[in-house]
This record gives sequence, structure tokens and C-alpha cells, in this order.
Amino acid sequence: MNRIIKFVLIDIMRNKIIIAYAVLLALLSWSVFNMEDSSNKGLLTLLNVILLVVPLVSVLFSTIYIYNSSEFIELMLSQPVKRTQIWVSLFAGLSLSFIVAYLLAAGIPLLLFARFTQAILLLVTGCILSVIFVAIAFLSAILSRDKAKGIGIAILIWLYFALLFDGLVLFLLFQFSDYPIEKPMVLLSATSPVDLARILNLLQIDASAMMGYTGAIFKDYFGTGPGMIVSFTVLCMWAVLPFYFSLRIFRKKDL
Amino acid sequence: MIEIHGVQKHFGRLHVLNNINLSCSRGDCIALIGPNGCGKTTLIKSVLNMVIPDEGIILFNNKDIKGDHHYRSEIGYMPQIGRYPENMTVGQVLETIRQLRGTATAVDEDLYYQYRIQNILEKRMGTLSGGTRQKVSAIIAFMYHPAVLILDEPTAGLDPLASEILKEKIITEKRKNKLILITSHLLSELDEIVSEVIFMQEGLVKFHEKVETLKVNTGEGTIAKAISKILREQAG
Repeated sequence: MNRIIKFVLIDIMRNKIIIAYAVLLALLSWSVFNMEDSSNKGLLTLLNVILLVVPLVSVLFSTIYIYNSSEFIELMLSQPVKRTQIWVSLFAGLSLSFIVAYLLAAGIPLLLFARFTQAILLLVTGCILSVIFVAIAFLSAILSRDKAKGIGIAILIWLYFALLFDGLVLFLLFQFSDYPIEKPMVLLSATSPVDLARILNLLQIDASAMMGYTGAIFKDYFGTGPGMIVSFTVLCMWAVLPFYFSLRIFRKKDL
Repeated sequence: MIEIHGVQKHFGRLHVLNNINLSCSRGDCIALIGPNGCGKTTLIKSVLNMVIPDEGIILFNNKDIKGDHHYRSEIGYMPQIGRYPENMTVGQVLETIRQLRGTATAVDEDLYYQYRIQNILEKRMGTLSGGTRQKVSAIIAFMYHPAVLILDEPTAGLDPLASEILKEKIITEKRKNKLILITSHLLSELDEIVSEVIFMQEGLVKFHEKVETLKVNTGEGTIAKAISKILREQAG
């Protein structure tokens, strides 16, 4: 197992895109905290940047990387290596590189400038988000043999979660503003990992006070211990399920 | 050594393998021949578990290969078109496989030195010509003393000298009581090497005969002539 992860890690390092991503993220994080006067404001800005950039880079790079690994996969398959092991190692290698890059880039400024609990929460959710979008990349790459189509699916999924989903929520909010829809809204937010991560972090920044009654409901639900546990479980499912489905397809795939 | 029972495979509407039953044992050197698209490569890939059959079982040393991967340590596979990570150097590819296979066993480096691969270890796989790629594939296939050699169009793309070296190597390995499976379109090349012939057509195994029987039955001297006579008889 470890040997294949090692090959994948060496290959990703040689690629240098991950390093560029880490440098970019580090620049963003440092400049955000240096420009904003209060750490809360800085954190809010950084949160929005991270929620946009982290999923995009992880899903795009991973999808392309998986397609480019088809030769490597074929080479491994003619050797005495288990199929599951190849796929899991690729996943582990990609997830690990993104987590390390994120922690190194955003971790240091966050721990220096933000409150400890806020920093830890944003670091943990960022790591989970990276893994989630790597997993989504695996699913979209296995669903189509055509590279352009696979990358297209990956971008569409990112677009949906990063932009369209918010629009959809706003639309629903306005349409049903006469009804008590706070509780369904909580449920709805669980169907997008990006929004779930956003709410979890916003509640720690005390910006929820500005969200009125809905914010209070959210605080009631997500701010409590059990609510946190449920939300983190949902986030983990977002990483586990897409990868599990991709693994099931990969085990039966003809190469 | 390899037994194939009732293997079926469809690619969409195309019936690529139609109820294949074969049995190959140690010491055989088998030519797998047939027109383009008759399912030779698919059959080979099924044995390697790269293609998963819809139905049927494949036994390797009397063990079902489904869900197993250890058996592949006994197979040396040379693909028709060797696909390798483009940005890896020749040395890195060989090293990767060496680490996977474990460094304990001694390796067979005959082809490595005969093809002078030590001179191109620094070259990236993406920059290699088709023939040089084939050489790398051949080296990997023979390197770990496999009991079974599966060679898919081994000499296609090789220059005459390299292809002669490979043929010599196949004959040496054949003497070591190994099972060798070769697909090729150059029937004249197979004469000196193979002991049995499997002929496939449109996903069916038309016949599986010893070369001697084939020659006696048709009254021809070479495999090429024997096969073409059979084909002509079928047509007429």
C-alpha cells in the first residue's frame, strides 16, 4: 500500500502545481490578515476565498490527474497489485497532498492571527473540503472515459456547489418567505458541503447575529455539540460516498 | 496452468468473446492468431483481470483469478501498445516495478543489456519511439522470471535485430518449461517458436491444435500455409 502512495506523492510533487497552489493560498491568507484591521473581518474574507478556491483547485487538478494516471494504472494492473489498492492509493496520495498544502499555506497565518478555535475549525473544514472535492473528482473521472467530459462534469459540480446552490437557496427563501422555512433550510444546507462548511464557520465568527431569526435557528442547531457532530458526519459522508461509488465502478472497469 | 471456462464478454452490443473454453499447460508455447478485432487482446486482458468477463471463470493454477492479484506475480505481460507515464524516465519506470515486485529476487537482465537500455535510463517515456517502448515492455515482461509469458504482438514495431534478440529470448525461455502465449500476425515468425495454435474468429475459438497435427492434417509445411488452407476450405 505505502509504496504506491509514495509513487503518487513523488509524482504530484514533481508536477509543481500543488506547490504553486500552496504558495497562492499562503499569499492570500497572509495578505488578507495584513489588510483587514480586525481579525474577524480577515477571517470572514479568508473564509469566502477558501470556500471558493479550495474546492475548485482540488476538483480540477484531481480530475485531470486521474485521467493522466491511466497509463500508470495500467502499468500497475499488469503487476501483482490489487485493484482497490491502486485506486485507494491514488485517492490517499491526492488527498494527502492537498491537506498538507492547505495546512502549510493557510495554517500558519490562521493560527497566528485568528482565535484558536476559529482557526482550528477553518483548518479542519478546509481539509475535509479538499478531500470531498478530491472524492468528487474521482467519481466524475470514472463516470466518463472522455477526458473533456469528465473535466466538464467536475467543473459543473463545483459551479453548482460554489455558486448555483446559493442562488437556489435565495430563490427558495424569497418564494417561501411567508412560511416558517427555517427548519427546512437547515436540512437544505446539509445538501451542499460548501454551505455546510460556511455555516459552521460563520457561527464561530459571531456573524450569525446579523442573520436574524434564521441565524438564531442555525446557531441553535449547528452551534451545539450534537449539531456539530452531525454536521461533521455529513461532511465526512460527502467525502466517503463519492469515493466509495467510484471505487465500486473501478473494481469492475475494463482497462 | 491457465484454464478458461465459458468466458463471455460484451462491449455494448458487440459480442467480443463468445463462450471461450481453453486449457493451456506448462511447457506449451501457444500462438493466438486471428483477424483484427477477433478478441485476442480482450482474451489476454481477461486472463490478466484487466478486462472483467461478463460470465465464465478463469483458473490460474486451479485457482479462480477473480478478486486475486498474487497470481500476476507469475505472469510477464508485454502489451501490444505499451502505455507508460509520460513524465517518468525509463529508469524510474523500471525502479517502480522493481520496488513493487520486491528487491529480494534476482532479475533477468539479458534483454536489458542486449537492448542497451542502460544508455537511455534518463530519457522520459514520452520521448521514446514506439520500438524503444516495446523494448522496455519486453524487458519488464521477462525481468522477474515469470512462469507464464503473455506477449501481445511482441515483434510489431521492433527493428529486425531487436526482434531477432527477442525471438532468441523466447526460445530460451521456452526450454525452461514455461507457458508462453503469443499473438502475432506474422505467421512466418512463429514457425520456429510455437508448439500449438489457437485460431480465433469473431469472438469464437475456431480450433486449438498442436502444430504437428495441423501440418499433418493439411499436408502443408508451415503454419502460415496450413492456416490459409483451412481458411480457404472454410470459405469454399
